[in-house]
Amino acid sequence: MSDLDLPTPAASVSQAAFSHAMMDGSAAVPAGLVDPQNASAGRRFAVYRNNIAVSLTEAMHSAFPVIAKLLGKANMDGLAGLYLRAHPPSSPLMMFYGAEFPAFLEAMPQLNHLGYLGDVARLELALRQSYHAADAAPIAPEALADLSEAELLATKVTFAPALQLLRSKWPLCAIWHFNTLADAPTPQAGAQNILITLPEFDPIPQVLSDAGILWITALQEGASIAEAVARATEVEDGFDLVAPLTLLLQGNAIIGLENKG
Amino acid sequence: MSNMSKPLAVAGAVAAALSAASVMPAAAGTKEKCYGVSMAGQNDCAAGPGTTCAGTSTVDYQGNAWTLVDAGTCTEMDLPAMADGGKRAGSLEPLERDLPA
Amino acid sequence: MLDTAAFKTLPNAPGVGYKPQHFSQIITQADPVQWLEIHAENYMGDGGRPLAQLRHLAEQFAISVHGVGLSIGGEDPLDPSHLARLKHLISWLNPASFSEHLAWSTHDGHFYNDLLPLPYTDATLNRVCDHIDQLQEAIGRKMLLENPSSYLAFAESTWSEPAFLAEISRRTGCGLLLDVNNVFVSASNLDFSPQGYIDDFPLDQVGEIHLGGHDEDEDDAGRPLLIDSHGRAVVDPVWALLDYTLARCGPKPVLIEWDNDVPDWPVLAAEAHRAADALSGLCEKTCATLPCRPLCPHERFGLAHPCRIRVSGGL
Repeated sequence: MSDLDLPTPAASVSQAAFSHAMMDGSAAVPAGLVDPQNASAGRRFAVYRNNIAVSLTEAMHSAFPVIAKLLGKANMDGLAGLYLRAHPPSSPLMMFYGAEFPAFLEAMPQLNHLGYLGDVARLELALRQSYHAADAAPIAPEALADLSEAELLATKVTFAPALQLLRSKWPLCAIWHFNTLADAPTPQAGAQNILITLPEFDPIPQVLSDAGILWITALQEGASIAEAVARATEVEDGFDLVAPLTLLLQGNAIIGLENKG
Repeated sequence: MSNMSKPLAVAGAVAAALSAASVMPAAAGTKEKCYGVSMAGQNDCAAGPGTTCAGTSTVDYQGNAWTLVDAGTCTEMDLPAMADGGKRAGSLEPLERDLPA
Repeated sequence: MLDTAAFKTLPNAPGVGYKPQHFSQIITQADPVQWLEIHAENYMGDGGRPLAQLRHLAEQFAISVHGVGLSIGGEDPLDPSHLARLKHLISWLNPASFSEHLAWSTHDGHFYNDLLPLPYTDATLNRVCDHIDQLQEAIGRKMLLENPSSYLAFAESTWSEPAFLAEISRRTGCGLLLDVNNVFVSASNLDFSPQGYIDDFPLDQVGEIHLGGHDEDEDDAGRPLLIDSHGRAVVDPVWALLDYTLARCGPKPVLIEWDNDVPDWPVLAAEAHRAADALSGLCEKTCATLPCRPLCPHERFGLAHPCRIRVSGGL
């Protein structure tokens, strides 16, 4: 108690103190946050704790619906509670929240027996990247059809920003289908590479062969069609580009052709 | 094994791919489909989380402990612990462990 | 830049917070909704459906861009990359209005997905004004600043909220977005008169009004604690507070916010109809020739006849 006849200066609450107490439910409510009777805010402060925990938990469910389905709501809620404290968003663009979730899942000892979870989370992140990618007009198919053989072989390809590639040791596409499509078969062990294209506004993941993903990767790196075929043929004798090229064309994934030096 | 000398194969493959792509059901192209309104409630499933300016009265802020419960579709899939078919080092039992926030 | 010349300002009519699941109804049967509000941050991706939908909607409706992530009240400087994203969105969309919150949400590189409260002190005032100056400079236009929902108070505060907002508006030239539900929630939670708040509010600076539903919880002492959940219909006392407000400030753009447990379109449209009734009761019906409805604001609050001052264009 002070002998002076002055009111005690009210405690000021920094945003650092507010943030810390908000993210740690066991921390004391900062002094200086009060109710209308000037008593400690108590449970009123919990509104902010709830708002952030609930809104970010819901954000994780929206961001990773297949992980949530694989693990069930209770597990997803629990994991989201840990994740949102370990990795709060670093940007107000909530659409891209969860970038560290694959590694987070893989580091979680309780999930050791579900080795595919990290790759499933990577697929869900890649689908969102594709969904929000910049628009780009695809080439008209005639642009390819009209090329001479020599021009075709020398052609370099530009892909839509929405195109994404993933390599997995897991049956990743089968796991995704099993959890998103009615009547999809149970996934069988085996590696699957994935090509994501955005034919209109909904990203589509499809399986690519090892040679197919190598062919597209080579094209991404600036190889000509012929050079890319040569690289793909190194891993698959008799590589046939019909399958991957068909997926690219159907997916509106080719936006430019360059065939003059 | 270089295959740089297979122009006919490449040209043929491109023609085959163009043909295969063209017989696929054409993109519907209507504005409704285009903007994704044909499937109610499904149209934004790939958008991911959005922002909020609302609060919640749901109480949930402890969040510093989690124990795996047996749930979800992972229980319906019989895949090995590791992609090579092996078991991972470490316990396969759920751990009772509080993780720091 | 989109050609939005037809929608230079928000009409004094009902609007709703846009939800993608309502897209098809909005483009075909929007009535009585005349304008839409979007959250800026949800349209900061590079392309795809969100931007395609927004371009389409902007051909048909006046758009209000409502930011939820700038952290205008933050102790840290404004994030230059976020400022640049806002500038980009506003420059291509050319919306009828841009608004943000008297709140903070980012600290030390972390974005907390919530609108967090500020102490009303001179230090906060200076900081908020600096940030608004910086924002208005960046986007080349006047913004509206929204009053928050309060669940607690800061012992260090030395300003009342209406006086604080009035001073911010005076110093920066920004307009204000008056959330009537937030006034009601804060008044209940912090034990003040919502009508008194409206009386003290600089209503001549108001460019837009928000309405939303709230939930009821309780504090440690068992007193009601209202939560601004935007998860249900607007309650009758908040509609009455809207009438009280409109009777003083004249017709304004009135937005229904429904962000959680979003209902089907007809439910949201019904809320917009009620807002339309509140506006039309005010500015078009002359109570001299029509019997006043039970909610007629000037009767309820013993004011001068509102209809005459409204039709001539405001107070």
